[in-house]
Amino acid sequence: MEKFTGKVWVLGDDIDTDIIIPTEYLALPTVEDMKQYGISPLRPELAGLIGEGDIIVAGKNFGCGSSREQAPEIIKALKVKCVIAKSFARIFFRNSINNGLLLIENDQIQDAVKEGDKIDVILGESITLNGQTYPIHSLPDNLMDIINAGGLVAAMKKRNGITE
Amino acid sequence: MGMTIGEKIIARAAKVDEVKPGDIHTIEVDRLMSNDGTTHLTIDMYHNQLKNPRIADKDKLVFIIDHNIPAENPKTAEAHKKMRNFAKEHDITFYEGKGICHQIMVEDFVCPGEFIMGADSHTCTYGALGAFGTGIGCTDFLYAMVTGQSWVLVPETIRFNLTGKLREGVYPRDLILSIIGMVGASGCNYKIMEFAGEGAHNLSINDRLVLCNLAVEAGAKTGIVEPDDKVVEYVESRGRKAEHLFVSDPDAKFEKVYDINLDEIEPVVARPHLIDDVVPVKEVEASEVKIDEAFLGSCNNGRIDELRVAANILKGKKVNEHVRFLITPASNAVYIQALQEGLIDIFMEAGAMVMNSNCSVCWGSCQGVIGKDEVLISTGTRNFKGRAGDPDSYVYLGSAATVTASAIAGKIVENK
Repeated sequence: MEKFTGKVWVLGDDIDTDIIIPTEYLALPTVEDMKQYGISPLRPELAGLIGEGDIIVAGKNFGCGSSREQAPEIIKALKVKCVIAKSFARIFFRNSINNGLLLIENDQIQDAVKEGDKIDVILGESITLNGQTYPIHSLPDNLMDIINAGGLVAAMKKRNGITE
Repeated sequence: MGMTIGEKIIARAAKVDEVKPGDIHTIEVDRLMSNDGTTHLTIDMYHNQLKNPRIADKDKLVFIIDHNIPAENPKTAEAHKKMRNFAKEHDITFYEGKGICHQIMVEDFVCPGEFIMGADSHTCTYGALGAFGTGIGCTDFLYAMVTGQSWVLVPETIRFNLTGKLREGVYPRDLILSIIGMVGASGCNYKIMEFAGEGAHNLSINDRLVLCNLAVEAGAKTGIVEPDDKVVEYVESRGRKAEHLFVSDPDAKFEKVYDINLDEIEPVVARPHLIDDVVPVKEVEASEVKIDEAFLGSCNNGRIDELRVAANILKGKKVNEHVRFLITPASNAVYIQALQEGLIDIFMEAGAMVMNSNCSVCWGSCQGVIGKDEVLISTGTRNFKGRAGDPDSYVYLGSAATVTASAIAGKIVENK
């Protein structure tokens, strides 16, 4: 199983798509242009601080709202390794998988975690924080295949699906 | 095993006899809608990421420019051009400046029993006509456009048994906000919200659209009202056939059942920045919330019924001098009807601004954007932080009556 360690950024409940990327920046030509404004309504400084391999830990209903696919794309462009939340809104969940962004559901670490903590993740098995281990479920294999390929279109290419 | 309405629609689309929650099925999509929020991204992926791109069935596609129409900056104009040219090149049904995508879909396309995917979260609106409409992102849209198919995880159904009738001065907008307040903004996450019972059948098609449209704000995959003669009448009046009127079997399984007496619903508003922070209008009225802008429109609440409610309240009165009141009919058909009924005269004489049909203030970048510390009362779909403009602005959601009465008063009040 894949293992990784990441530094944590903590967000709350109901982080909506318009917080992840406000409407006014959707007209920018690329996600690279947009990413500096990621999560800006809530924490304007955050996009500049997040580093490669960092982990976002949030509460319930992460990604609620619009079907804008730029939302998971922005998080991926900020090089976040994964988002751990109590629950994810369904369109965001689908869009994340389709774009190869890893999501982990867990409703136990939120009370224990502080911003800047390091978390160890063993995919499909557990999260370890400050010596305490929390079990996590694994996503179905077909969805993990899509994430590992880097998204739905890439997975299709690999399988010679819609691209041939 | 009995099935719910949503399960029956999925079974039909998957061409199987039975489905149950938790199953994953490949389905044939009956129709696919995409708007100018993301179509340019789909087109880029189509051209740049596929080896041998093709469209499975162009007759299932509808492209609609509604979010930023007319274009507000050169970047949007380019995105529109891309969408317009692609539609022309592939002979795709294309609308521009004719109305909000969901209203156009309801007026011209949706039939009961259909499975429709739209690259917009409020695609769940189509449940008002007994269809399964659900929002997807542009990658899912691309996949469905190219293959004609998609996959669905069959969700559990949560049933809302509605009894009674909304009292005078109480609107379906108050009902759905009250329901979301009760279940929470993720209370129906991944689920189907099914509305049935005599109270549901008492609601007009206009009212049912309001109800189903906000299902996604409770996290639901879709919202569906049990279809009846009113649906048949509406669909046939628009020259279409109502062939698949699915109702839930007596032994269908629901994850949860809520009984709601419509007589007990009262006028409410959702306070910033959470749609499930729902309180009686009276409570906000008591705390004297001054407003800078009022908005009547959106795919939730810009139809003829709401415009009539607003005109009744506004007739002979003036919009408060400190308030901008924007009114945006949901489609040109609605706009023309409002013109013919003299409603637009009433709005303009009262000092409101009547906009062309589009997503307007609800989308937060097209027009009527609000500034720092400003307060908006709106019939839009969302009150997220910064949804209508500056991150430090405030959006309250209420019915057409509450919005109009507040526009006159200059503060949030219940319509008396």
